[in-house]
Amino acid sequence: MFGLDKKDTTLLIIVAALTLAAPFLLNPFPTDSAMAQFNAGYPDLMQRFVIFGIFAIGFNILFGLTGYLSFGHAAFLGVGSYSAVWMFKLLSMNVLPAILLSVVVAGVFALLIGFVSLRRSGIYFSILTLAFAQMSFNLAYSVLTPITNGETGLQLTLDDPRVLGSSSTADGSIPVTNLFGAEMRATYEMVVGPWNFQFNTGYYLSAILMLLSFYLAIRIFRSPFGMMLRAVKSNQTRMNYTGLNSRPYTLAAFVISGMYAGLAGGLMASMDPLAGAERMQWTASGEVVLMTILGGAGTLIGPVLGAGFIKYFENIFSKINEGILHSWFSFMPDGLEDTLIALVYPFIGKGWHLTLGILFMLVVIFLPGGLVEGGQRIGRLFRRKKSGQETDKSTQSTPAE
Amino acid sequence: MDAIILQILNGLDKGSAYALIALGLTLIFGTLGVVNFAHGALFMIGAFCAVTLSKIFNLSYEVIDESQTDFLGNPLKVKTPYVESWFGPELGGAIIDWAVPLAILFSIPIMIAIGFIMERGLIKHFYKRPHADQILVTFGLAIVLQEIIKYFYGANPIPTPAPEALTGSFDFGAFLGFQANAVIYPYWRLVYFAFAAVIIGGVFAFLQFTTFGMVVRAGMADRETVGLLGINIDRRFTIMFGIAAAVAGLAGVMYAPINSPNYHMGMDFLVLSFVVVVVGGMGSLPGAVLAGFLLGILESFASMNEIKSIFPGIDQIIIYLVAIIILLTRPRGLMGRKGVMED
Repeated sequence: MFGLDKKDTTLLIIVAALTLAAPFLLNPFPTDSAMAQFNAGYPDLMQRFVIFGIFAIGFNILFGLTGYLSFGHAAFLGVGSYSAVWMFKLLSMNVLPAILLSVVVAGVFALLIGFVSLRRSGIYFSILTLAFAQMSFNLAYSVLTPITNGETGLQLTLDDPRVLGSSSTADGSIPVTNLFGAEMRATYEMVVGPWNFQFNTGYYLSAILMLLSFYLAIRIFRSPFGMMLRAVKSNQTRMNYTGLNSRPYTLAAFVISGMYAGLAGGLMASMDPLAGAERMQWTASGEVVLMTILGGAGTLIGPVLGAGFIKYFENIFSKINEGILHSWFSFMPDGLEDTLIALVYPFIGKGWHLTLGILFMLVVIFLPGGLVEGGQRIGRLFRRKKSGQETDKSTQSTPAE
Repeated sequence: MDAIILQILNGLDKGSAYALIALGLTLIFGTLGVVNFAHGALFMIGAFCAVTLSKIFNLSYEVIDESQTDFLGNPLKVKTPYVESWFGPELGGAIIDWAVPLAILFSIPIMIAIGFIMERGLIKHFYKRPHADQILVTFGLAIVLQEIIKYFYGANPIPTPAPEALTGSFDFGAFLGFQANAVIYPYWRLVYFAFAAVIIGGVFAFLQFTTFGMVVRAGMADRETVGLLGINIDRRFTIMFGIAAAVAGLAGVMYAPINSPNYHMGMDFLVLSFVVVVVGGMGSLPGAVLAGFLLGILESFASMNEIKSIFPGIDQIIIYLVAIIILLTRPRGLMGRKGVMED
C-alpha cells in the first residue's frame, strides 16, 4: 500500500492507529483517581509528542542515515517558529500559509548552513553546526531584535496588520490560530463515566502532519536516495572512490531534515503563537539528539518513541513532588520510608534532567541502538524461550559479514 | 592607544579561561583521541570546589554574646566560624578571606581523582567506538555532573569573592605613563592571567623537559610503537587525563571570583572552547593556547562601541564567525597537524 512493502505498511498503520487514538490511549486512568497524574491525554502534551516526533524524525534522516551529527538543529526549529509568527502577524491567522512559509524558510536556511558545514565531516561538522546555531541564537537575542523581539520573544499584538484577516476580534482580543475556521485550541471533551477524553483540533492537525512526515521518512529510508545516504555513513571514502560525489546527497539530507525541523517549529508556533530565541539554543539541539539516540538512531520508529518517551517522563516526573512520594511509600515503616524518599528524591521533580542524563548515558553505553534495540532484544529473548533449539541452529547459520 | 591596551587587557582574562580549557581538551584529544564534551563540566566543578571550600571555612556555631544586645535588651546571638575559633580571629579571618586561592590546593587532588575515575570507569570503554559515541556519552556525563551540582548547590549563582587584598583595581594608565584612570584593571584579573600563564607554562615544561612528558609526546605521535617498546602508555595517558582535568578545574577555581559560579557555566564555556580548539587546530597544544588568547582579545575588541556602531551585534558572533572562516579556509586550524581527525 502507498508504495510500501508489507512490513512498512503494517508499521505505518500501527503508528497511525496509535496516534489517532492517542486521546483514549494516553488517558487510561479516571480523572479523579490517584493515578490521574500519569495521564498524558491533554492537548498541550499530546501536541508536544507529535511535534517533537516530527523534529526527531527529521533529525534522524540526517544523523541516522548519513551519520553526520548536527549539534545545531534547533536553529531551524527557531527559524520556523519565527516565520510562522510573522505570517500570523502580517497575513492572517490561518496556519496553512504560516506552516508552509516556515518549512520553506527553514529549508533555505538549512541550504545555506548545510552548504558551508558539509564541507567538513566528523567532529568538525558537529562544531560548525553548533557554531552556526549559537550564532543564530545570539543574533536573534541581540541585533535582530526588530525581527525577533529579542529576550521577550515574538508575540502577536492587537495592531498587527493581518492583511487577509482582522487585527482583532469583535470583543477586542487577538484572534486565535485556525485552519479555515477550525480553531487550533478548540477541544472537544468526551466524558465517559469517570473518564474525560479530550480531542483537540491542533493535536489532530499535528498528528496528521506527523503521519505524513513519517510516511515520507519511510519512503526516503527505502529509496535509492536513502541507500546512498547509508553508503555515506558506512564508508564515504569508498563511495567517493567509486566515482560518486556524496556532497549533493548529504546536502539534500541536511535540507530535508532542516525542513522537518521548520515544520515542527511552524506547528509549535501554530499551537501557541509565540517564538523565543531560547528555542534555538544549543541545549534545544541537544534535546533532539537525546530523543533520537534514546529511541534508536537509524530506525524508523525510534525517534518518535524517543520524543514521546522524553516528553512524557519530563512532564510526569517533574510533577511528582515530595508529598506524592510520601503518599506512595506511606505503607512502609517510617525510617525506611524516609530513606527511600531521600534516595529517590534527587531523581524526580526538578531532578528530572539528572535521570535523563543517566538514562541517556546508559543507553549510549549498553544499548547503542536505543529503545528499539532494547525491544528487539527482549523480543528475541522470548522467541528463544518458546522454540529453544530451533533458534540456536538459526543463529549458528547466520552468515558472517 | 589606551583604549586598545584596555581591550587587550579585557580580552586576557576570558582568553586565559578559553586557553586553559582548550589546553585540557587538546591534551585529552591528543593523547586519548577522545572528544570530551564533559570538559566544561570539569571547569564548573573546579569553580564549585572554590565555593565548597569557602562554605566549609564559613561553617560556624552560634554563641550568645552577653556584651552585645539588640534593641530589646536581649543578648545577641553571634555566629563564629569554627576556623576563627581554632586559629584565632586574625589567622582565621585571613583563611576565610583567602578561601579561593586556598581552594587551588583543595581542588587539585579532587580534580585528578575525578579525572582518573572518568577515564578508567567510562572513557576507557569508548576508545574503539566512533567519535559520535564519544561525544554523546561525554555529553550525557556533562548533563549528569551539572545536575548533581545543581541538586546540591541550587540553580542560582553563588558569589565567591576574591581575597580582600586583591579586590581593588590597578591603574595601568598611570603605570604606563598615560593619564591616570584611563586604563583601570581589577587586580584579580591580572592574577588570573598570571596564574593561567604559569599553568600553561608548567604543562608545556612538563611535556617538554621531563622523561614522562617525552614518553607522552612520543605516545601522541605513535601510540603503538611506544607500546611495543614495553612502556605502559595507557597508564601515562590516564595520568594525562587527570592532569587535563586538573587544569580545567584550576581554571574554574580561579574564575569563581570573576563570575559567580552557577551550574551551567561549564556548558557556556565548553561551546566556545570547542571553537577555540578547532580554530587552533585539533591536537595542537600551542595552537589551542594561541587561539584561546586570540579569540578572547578579538571578542573584547568586537565589544568596543566604535566597532559595534559599524557592525551591530558583532561582539556576539565574532568568535563563531572567525571559526567558520578558519575552518573553511584552513581546515586544519591555525596550527593543526596533518593526519589528525582527517577521516
